[in-house]
Amino acid sequence: MLDRDKGTSAADPSETRDVRQKKLSRRTLLKGAAVVAGAAAGSDAIRGFPTIWAQEIKDIELRHVGVSYSVVKAIGDQAAKDLGFKVTMQNLDTSAAINRFISQPNTVDIADLEGWQAKLAAKRAVIQGIEVKKIKEFDNILPIFTKGEIDGHKIPRQGISPYEAMYISKPDATDLHDGVTEWATFLPQVYNADSIGYRPDLVGHEVTEWKDLIDPKFKGKAAILDVPAIGIMDAALCFESAGLIKYGNKGNMTKEEIDFTCNKLIELKKQGQFRATWTTFDQSVQLMAAGEVVIQSMWSPAVAAVRVKEIPCVYAPVNVKNGKEGYRGWCNGMGLMKHLSGKKLDAAYEYLNWYLSGWQGGFVARYGYYSPVPSTAKKFLTPAEWAFWYEGQPAPEVVNDPYGVPMEKAGTKRDGGSFLDRVKNISCWNTLMDEAAYMNKRWNDFKVA
Amino acid sequence: MQPSSSPAQTPPRANLAGWLYVLPLVLVLVPFFVAPILVVLAASFFATDGFGGLTPGFTLASYVEVLHSALTLKLYLATIKFTVLTWIFTLIIGFFVAYFLVFHVRNQLLAIGLFLLCTVPFWTSNIIRMISWIPLLGKEGLINQALLAMGVIRQPLEVLLFSDLAVVIAYVHQLTIFMIVPIFNSMARIDKKLIEAAIDAGASRFDIMRLIVVPMSKSGIALGTIFVVSIVMGDFFVVKVMSGGGSASVVSAFYEDVGVLQYPTAAASAVLLTLVLVAIVSLILRTVDIRQEITR
Repeated sequence: MLDRDKGTSAADPSETRDVRQKKLSRRTLLKGAAVVAGAAAGSDAIRGFPTIWAQEIKDIELRHVGVSYSVVKAIGDQAAKDLGFKVTMQNLDTSAAINRFISQPNTVDIADLEGWQAKLAAKRAVIQGIEVKKIKEFDNILPIFTKGEIDGHKIPRQGISPYEAMYISKPDATDLHDGVTEWATFLPQVYNADSIGYRPDLVGHEVTEWKDLIDPKFKGKAAILDVPAIGIMDAALCFESAGLIKYGNKGNMTKEEIDFTCNKLIELKKQGQFRATWTTFDQSVQLMAAGEVVIQSMWSPAVAAVRVKEIPCVYAPVNVKNGKEGYRGWCNGMGLMKHLSGKKLDAAYEYLNWYLSGWQGGFVARYGYYSPVPSTAKKFLTPAEWAFWYEGQPAPEVVNDPYGVPMEKAGTKRDGGSFLDRVKNISCWNTLMDEAAYMNKRWNDFKVA
Repeated sequence: MQPSSSPAQTPPRANLAGWLYVLPLVLVLVPFFVAPILVVLAASFFATDGFGGLTPGFTLASYVEVLHSALTLKLYLATIKFTVLTWIFTLIIGFFVAYFLVFHVRNQLLAIGLFLLCTVPFWTSNIIRMISWIPLLGKEGLINQALLAMGVIRQPLEVLLFSDLAVVIAYVHQLTIFMIVPIFNSMARIDKKLIEAAIDAGASRFDIMRLIVVPMSKSGIALGTIFVVSIVMGDFFVVKVMSGGGSASVVSAFYEDVGVLQYPTAAASAVLLTLVLVAIVSLILRTVDIRQEITR
């Protein structure tokens, strides 16, 4: 549901076109990033991978399928170079991806899964358990994912947290297991915490609470994310922040809570609060850059993209306070499809291990996303990059954007602070609610109102 | 598809030839149209566990849900509103463009040249043509900037973009050609002598339009209407982008259903939409006998 880069079914030519456009821009972005990454990584890129079976595996092809911000061609190319077999990255939006995993599981080798998708894929028996023992860096994966905590701080489980979706009791189990086991549904690889983006010059004060998004002051100048499953959580964060309601679980609302939320949204829409709603990364950038909105729910790299256009834009630090606020977290991981076996399965494990070995972690850090194994990612980042992106310190030197263009001056600090500040303030996770069908219907009521 | 003559009277060879003629069409239509429709139809009667699992069976639950929902009515009203508005504007523009090309441009070569010129914008993608309206209509867009500079308005007009107006503008821009082509085609076949005769008999311009041109362009209008109506009703992307997500359509709603793996309700909505479209098209065909008009 998290369509960071929407564009859809090949059936609709206009949609396909959209995908191509997006992919193109994404690719250009990544090319730039690859250059930077290459420079940072240097000759350090290849190490620790077996070469004995190189001959046998070179005919193998792995198809890694998923959303464009997670399944990235440049990363696949680097993996293929390091591992010696072919890796094909295929991009779909979230809903098309889960539909493909379920209806044509044999056309995919590595599935890009969010927690809730991992739960679904396990239930539909299209994935096999990942043997935890075979993942070299497993013990170095942050306990956020493997144990549901960090530094003694319990990771909230509103929505479907990665930890919650992580384990099954045996390789072919279809139900999630609560607690650590030897078998994982998916292996986390990239994640972040989403909040609000705003124009500091036009909003006039620092935004730290979600309720600013529904403040009548910004009537006709606010926008919200139009992907029902997560848009409703952003709305819930706003209403909770404004003290209108207290949810039992924002990530799994009751019908009454859904009704309250959607009715309130309809009311706001009728009052003209929302200038628009957006579904793709680019749309959110355009809305902000073209002056259509001054505040909207937004993703971190989109804020950066606005800033690169020399338009001031801040990513609001919505730290948890008084049991309200907090970021909406998301995490994409890799699942092994059921049909993998023999050498291809071995290759898939090599691929998974490569993913956590650092190159990819360094790569995604440069557009603001995090790796589940920061210890390896660190080796592929310059000290300045590490200080800026992960530690939230003032940049010791100029930080480049993925194009290699200077983005942040020396001395600037990343919005939202350090990595730990952010992840500890995640209050809910992307999800698919039990009442998803009902929620979807009510969301459409909002759209058509 | 088979000619209406009964097989008894037709020699077997001719019968075989008839089948061979339709074979290519059948080969395309059966796997790519009939089969998928049947799958959708079947899925609309299945039950689901809510997580993408389908239980084969026969239940009308999905239809009951779709038909009982006030949302369905609202979605159809929204979609029909866009359809009607788009239809009116494409018809008016399409009709007069075709009229001009056929009756006012004396040189036939020039007429065909101008006609081809009408298709130039359609050489580029629908999406590009739609998106290119955004910088024009936006708050800081060209139109608003011009109006502000001239002092006509003080605040930018917000109604220009992310509104029903923007949706209709994009549709009209995209679909007018589908009116021009068939109307041009049917008008071009009106015998000019008929009009001369009418003028000689003292008919006014308006009479000629009312009694000759419009009735004789009916088949073109009907064909254009079928194109425009079915495209608008089957689309969701233009509504989504140009309304800024502020409106929905029948198709966008069941597309979202597929996104949360609610296949049976999505299938039932799709079947319902197909039935509605079939009803509209047959209504149009009932009003205008296109086949007779074309073979005229």
